[in-house]
Amino acid sequence: MALVGKGVLQGMGLTLRTFLETYPWGRGLLRVLGRSIKDGLVTVQYPDVKQQHHERFRYFPFLVYDGAPENLRCVSCKICEQECPPQCIHIVGPAKDEQGRPLKANGRTYPVKFDIDVSICMSCRICVDVCPFDAIEMDNQYELSGMDRFDAMNFTKEKLLKSNEYFQQIKPTEAGEVDQRLAAKAAKASPKPAGAPPQNPAAPTP
Amino acid sequence: MEAMNSTTASAQTQLLEVSLGPQHPSTHGVFRMNATLDGETIVKLKPVLGYLHRNHEQIGESITYIASFPFTDRLDYFCAMSNNLGLALAIEKLGGIPVSERGEYLRVIMAELTRLVNHTAITGFLLNDMGAFGTPLLYAFREREKILDLFEAASGSRMMCNYIRPGGVRQDVPPGWLEQVRQLVDGYPTFLDEFEQLLTENEIVKQRTQHVGVLPKELATNASVTGPLLRACGVNYDVRKVDGYSIYPRFAFKVPLGTIGDVYDRYYLRILEMRESVKILQQALKEINTASPSISPKGQAMVKAPRTFRPPKGEAYGRIEAPKGELGFFLVSDGTPQPYRYHIRSPSFVNLTVLEDMCLGQKVADAIIILGSIDIVLGEVDR
Repeated sequence: MALVGKGVLQGMGLTLRTFLETYPWGRGLLRVLGRSIKDGLVTVQYPDVKQQHHERFRYFPFLVYDGAPENLRCVSCKICEQECPPQCIHIVGPAKDEQGRPLKANGRTYPVKFDIDVSICMSCRICVDVCPFDAIEMDNQYELSGMDRFDAMNFTKEKLLKSNEYFQQIKPTEAGEVDQRLAAKAAKASPKPAGAPPQNPAAPTP
Repeated sequence: MEAMNSTTASAQTQLLEVSLGPQHPSTHGVFRMNATLDGETIVKLKPVLGYLHRNHEQIGESITYIASFPFTDRLDYFCAMSNNLGLALAIEKLGGIPVSERGEYLRVIMAELTRLVNHTAITGFLLNDMGAFGTPLLYAFREREKILDLFEAASGSRMMCNYIRPGGVRQDVPPGWLEQVRQLVDGYPTFLDEFEQLLTENEIVKQRTQHVGVLPKELATNASVTGPLLRACGVNYDVRKVDGYSIYPRFAFKVPLGTIGDVYDRYYLRILEMRESVKILQQALKEINTASPSISPKGQAMVKAPRTFRPPKGEAYGRIEAPKGELGFFLVSDGTPQPYRYHIRSPSFVNLTVLEDMCLGQKVADAIIILGSIDIVLGEVDR
């Protein structure tokens, strides 16, 4: 029974070593004692220091536009609204004139309203996966708190619109793939405009 | 005994009812135990569930099969990846979807990393319940965070991964990711040695956990308990071996077993299981390079158009050995894009049924660590 307490002391030794590893002077001490050292500091002081996120980090969707905000990629097909698991996307559109004919900007229909409720969104990325036009992408901004429970949490179209350059900046790999895909699509559509993909609601109707 | 009766006859003792929870730091969520105490000994214990009920199954019946994936992340929020895998297996069975080789390897890697995450964290929590406040838990979380970082790099989210899809995975892993996993996996036994140095031979841990909350083998099998809780009693039942789903039969690994099924056995079994997971991961990382690089045999079909997926009429049950036990998804299809019936057999919920039997005759402080050793997550219990 002479060894009772050995396990506890061993554990304490480990705790002490880990404690020392979190301080520069402690690491110095361990180095003097000839022990192997690893940097024990694993946390960051959040509001002052921010963790570097991976490129794929996703938090909240945004709408992509090319060049000017009027030239948004969304054609108001409402697939994302339909597929969103928590139903946080609300789209009104496509925009129509008095006769009920769809209005077009740059040959595409566009939504009148496009709202996403931050408080409901669960960052699952399904809207991005299902979008046939690559119009919606995931942002990595995560500090979205507001002072109001309703209006501040409801992101409207104006707030959601971000440029393709921004997308290229935050997610270079993914944006590169999307750009390639869109360029291939445009090259396919341009030789004969009548042969546009059938699911494209922007296809011109004579 | 006679003498005791004579003294208590005049003292008029009565049983005391204590409500542990639903807001209690040791209940791992919103769970309530109505314990009836005789002094400090538990004579009756009634679990009260349902505080975190979110209607998951009913929601699953009104949305497409693919749209259920983000909800499965939130079942057992420690093991999002293996929950995804369970549902993916059920859907693949239902729709007869083939899975790509690389997808299979990535799934196994993800599922085993999830096991490391869960077992590491739960060991920390168990010690937290015992009163070793902070130290083991934070050591565990330090390691867990490294794996969650890898999950973020692959799927975009630390915990709510939503990564595995029928037929494979959603996206391939980024370049260099497998190398990072290899480094982490090779370093993991060192951490486990350290962790064991802290806990396994610790006399206080032994005193608190040995012969506490013993679960008899017969009761465990009759109550259909699964996972580490069952194997700690000495019953050799592991769905990875029994069912051989995915590509598990290709890997050489052992199923560790406990002897008497007390809290200490359950703790130690989890450590041993982590060592076996490391072995599986090392084999999978070695073999993945030989698989074809495609992540899904049909491209991204299952990702892009969820509504076109209409499985034939019928039913399927997909099950996996989740870190907590057998996780099963039961799906009934009526030929529409939504399942007709969507049921989850969650290990936490089934394992919780033996709580009272383990707690009877124990002290009230032991009830806390017995609950901790079952390893429940309330998101999965209440669904």
